[in-house]
Amino acid sequence: MARPVQYNITNKRLETPISIGEAPEGYSGEGFFASRLSDVVGLARKNSIWPLPFATSCCGIEFMALMASHYDLARFGSERVSFSPRQCDLLMVMGTIAKKMAPVLKQVYIQMAEPRWVLAMGACASSGGIFDTYSVLQGIDQIIPVDVYVPGCPPRPEAVLDGFLRVQDLVENESLRRRNSDKYKELMKTYGIQ
Amino acid sequence: MALTNEIIRQKLIEKFGEEITGWEEPYGMLTFSTAKDLNLKVLQFLYDEPTLQFRFMTDLCGVHYPDNEGKEIAVVYHLHNLVENIRIRYKVFADVNKPDIFSASALYSAANWMERETYDFYGVNFIGHPNLKRILNVDDMEYFPLRKEFPLEDQKRTDKDDEMFGRS
Repeated sequence: MARPVQYNITNKRLETPISIGEAPEGYSGEGFFASRLSDVVGLARKNSIWPLPFATSCCGIEFMALMASHYDLARFGSERVSFSPRQCDLLMVMGTIAKKMAPVLKQVYIQMAEPRWVLAMGACASSGGIFDTYSVLQGIDQIIPVDVYVPGCPPRPEAVLDGFLRVQDLVENESLRRRNSDKYKELMKTYGIQ
Repeated sequence: MALTNEIIRQKLIEKFGEEITGWEEPYGMLTFSTAKDLNLKVLQFLYDEPTLQFRFMTDLCGVHYPDNEGKEIAVVYHLHNLVENIRIRYKVFADVNKPDIFSASALYSAANWMERETYDFYGVNFIGHPNLKRILNVDDMEYFPLRKEFPLEDQKRTDKDDEMFGRS
């Protein structure tokens, strides 16, 4: 028997005719708006994250769905998927990383300019997944620091969108000086990255 | 006259006599083995002999039999006669403590990478190989992962609780 098709018949009223993102705190008057620079920079960064897809297996297919019209990551300011690490802000690692691939991944991460973020998509990238074996890296956090983990095998595009929103939260609220902090430098040192 | 397993067997017995042992024909594929020192002589004979002409190496691989004392490591050659379309399988065995076997890479170019793979996974030392180093695994791996004494899992993992995986 065919599965009944369900349509979303509940009308959702628009809250406002045009939806506008929340403005940061500040003083506004006629023709000016004053706020903290860090808030504005955070807002700008948050809505223009360029992802670098590092797709090695089935999670990459889910990522393709995520970039396509149905889920459309471009809605969140990531229209431009770049394949040059030097231009990118967010490294999205999707799929099993073999130990032989690890130096390549690390090299890609090192080539990215600060500030940079990393999202590990799926069980393999996060922990090695079902591949508990001698040839597979048991999670990419063994070689590079990871900001957000998205669980699933593979995760649905919605899950990745949620992970991406978490990255946006990090980007928005991160202190502009975080990358110069001792704690951050210490973290980098543990991975052997300058 | 078409080449048959019987003819190949006769030719080999004429040339090598009692040196060849372990005759078998699983699923119609002629299989035999010799002492490991003879491997190049046998392969050369199979290659050169005008009636045999086994000039294509389909596969070369290792096997580890931990209970087969003194002959733990097997190296298996699969040869193909492309003219007659007939295949044979040839095995040699070596001691796991001294797995030295002569390299067939001068005779069959295909053996070059396959011997590197066999070295990579079983640690077979192919004497005379031009570039015997790891091919598939990471260069700094310290063991031969397909030998039975090594567990499958990565032993350096720290975050996985054995109990959760049902193996405590």
